[in-house]
Amino acid sequence: MPASPQKNELGSLRWRDLLQFAGGSLRGHGLRTALSLLGVMIGVSAVVILTALGEGARRYVIEQFAGLGTNLVIVLPGKTETTGTIGIGGVPNDLTLDDALAIERQVRSVRKVAPVTAGTEEVSSGDRRRQMPILGTTRAYIEVRDLRMERGEFLPDEEMFRGGAELVLGNKAARELFGADDPIGTIIRVGDWRFRVIGVLAQQGTNLGINFDDVAIVPVRTGMRMLNRSSLFRVLAQVRAHSDLEIAKRSILDLITERHEEEDITILTQDAVVSTFSQILDTLTLVVGAIAAISLSVAGIGIMNVMLVSVSERTREIGLLKAIGASGPQILAAFLVEATFISAAGGLLGLAVGWSAVALLVQVYPALPASPPVWAVAAAFGLSVAVGTIFGFLPARRATRLDPVTALSRR
Amino acid sequence: MSQAATSASPDDAPRRVIRLDGIHRTFEVGGEQVHALVDVDEEILAGEHVAIMGPSGSGKSTLLNILGCLDRPTAGTYELEGRSVDELSTRELTLVRRNQIGFVFQFFHLIPRLTATDNVELPMVFAGIPRAERKQRATEAIQAVGLTNRADHQPEQLSGGERQRIALARATIMRPAILLADEPTGNLDSKSSKDILDLLDGMSERGLTLLVVTHDPKVARRADRIIVLVDGRIAKRVSGDRISDVLEILAED
Repeated sequence: MPASPQKNELGSLRWRDLLQFAGGSLRGHGLRTALSLLGVMIGVSAVVILTALGEGARRYVIEQFAGLGTNLVIVLPGKTETTGTIGIGGVPNDLTLDDALAIERQVRSVRKVAPVTAGTEEVSSGDRRRQMPILGTTRAYIEVRDLRMERGEFLPDEEMFRGGAELVLGNKAARELFGADDPIGTIIRVGDWRFRVIGVLAQQGTNLGINFDDVAIVPVRTGMRMLNRSSLFRVLAQVRAHSDLEIAKRSILDLITERHEEEDITILTQDAVVSTFSQILDTLTLVVGAIAAISLSVAGIGIMNVMLVSVSERTREIGLLKAIGASGPQILAAFLVEATFISAAGGLLGLAVGWSAVALLVQVYPALPASPPVWAVAAAFGLSVAVGTIFGFLPARRATRLDPVTALSRR
Repeated sequence: MSQAATSASPDDAPRRVIRLDGIHRTFEVGGEQVHALVDVDEEILAGEHVAIMGPSGSGKSTLLNILGCLDRPTAGTYELEGRSVDELSTRELTLVRRNQIGFVFQFFHLIPRLTATDNVELPMVFAGIPRAERKQRATEAIQAVGLTNRADHQPEQLSGGERQRIALARATIMRPAILLADEPTGNLDSKSSKDILDLLDGMSERGLTLLVVTHDPKVARRADRIIVLVDGRIAKRVSGDRISDVLEILAED
């Protein structure tokens, strides 16, 4: 009975049937499927875990900075310091204590101003001596930088020009110089100058590049004389509210430009510093993620290998499919679906494993706010599926090009 | 049986399903030309049951592959149901194999991981026939070959004869115009062989055009006529009941 050719098109294979067919074939070689799935899983979980660590590091650093108070404006002498060139105008004007005082008095959005001078000197107590960083500043500094005292007092609250002989030691510095003894009230020497120790900082660690554990803090005026500085190192200004930051920057710039009769200072905000660090660590995360992604391409080669074996094992089946009227595109689709299935399932497993590992890590090290960024998760999964499809293509195409006559003549 | 009955057949005459005109098939093996088929002319009418015999290497399988659109002739014309197959695209050939041709092989070629029913369904899957219709047609086809109680078994759980019956159900599930069988009993014991041949006879009686490649005189005897190939040429045409006339040629094998 002659059948009238049916109107079905070549691409008429239904998705559900396609998936069922591919799924059946994958179950047929469970171990092989599982192993290549494992390859993809490791690749994806590596991307998730490593980017989570990178992201965790970034957040950790940002939190550290945020601890300093984000309402900070940093004034530096010299124009365009950030690009490393001195302006054409030559040597900039000094940033003086008068400037700092003017900011405190005239810029309304500023709450506190801490002038800072910095240098290194030899500090000695009895027969113990240490070369250590010296900071000259005022009482405001303890609030602006959010420092804590272990004992004693910070610098006294008095006007900047007085230039007293008080000294506050960093935690480690105090231990090195005095051991277990209480340094409060002791007279120590810094260079040729004599100071009275009035306080010891609590352990702080490093912040914004200054190690507060190994430092000696003296009144700013004294510090400038002792270190022979005519210009301040920085002026730190704390604004009243975060929203005042831009106004404060503008006002400070205008004020100092007016006083110096040229624009010769640089103003940084905490935000700018944080965003620079954030960018650096973002790049780091990206690089680490990319390295992890290489393992995904290795997994792709694994998939290709499995599919090539599968195609050569199933020549008879492919020949038969051709004989019963499966088209080239349909056979291609069937094999591609198998490869894509391996990579997609491996990818999902990898996400699950990666997430679990990160969750465990956060449990063990709560200080590190590790969490995989969304882009990395999406990229890892997308890449794994793409890898499976791309590496599955070659074997699948080989299947469609099989000669059915040769394929079927074998037993 | 001559091939005189050709183009101008009257309307009430049996319809011509296959026409081969000057078919050549040449292979190149190790730089040498091998002539598998040489100038083969043949016509097959609707509902005919034809056996193709010949010694090994006589071109039987090559002929079957060309008839089944798995292979193309080097020269000559092949018309299937009035349409020349030679100019068809790969895509159209796929549709011809899907809808007009059924295959049965010596080694069954069932897909081992699929059940009997799923194997029978397979051609319909690739044709995009809806699931419900597939199930129904497959069930009927399996019933027709008497294996309803084995429908959910996998090939390895079936005997050779049962496997070939499933393969037969699969080959006819798309209601093809012609059924091509390559040594369908070559791998079966005599009891199973007989079952398969009876099934084929039944299909033939219901109007299916049947071409069987075989070595076995018991198989060929059932055909309406026998074509004997020797060295790629049609050496002899006899009716099925005169099988004894060709045994001499085949004995050279």
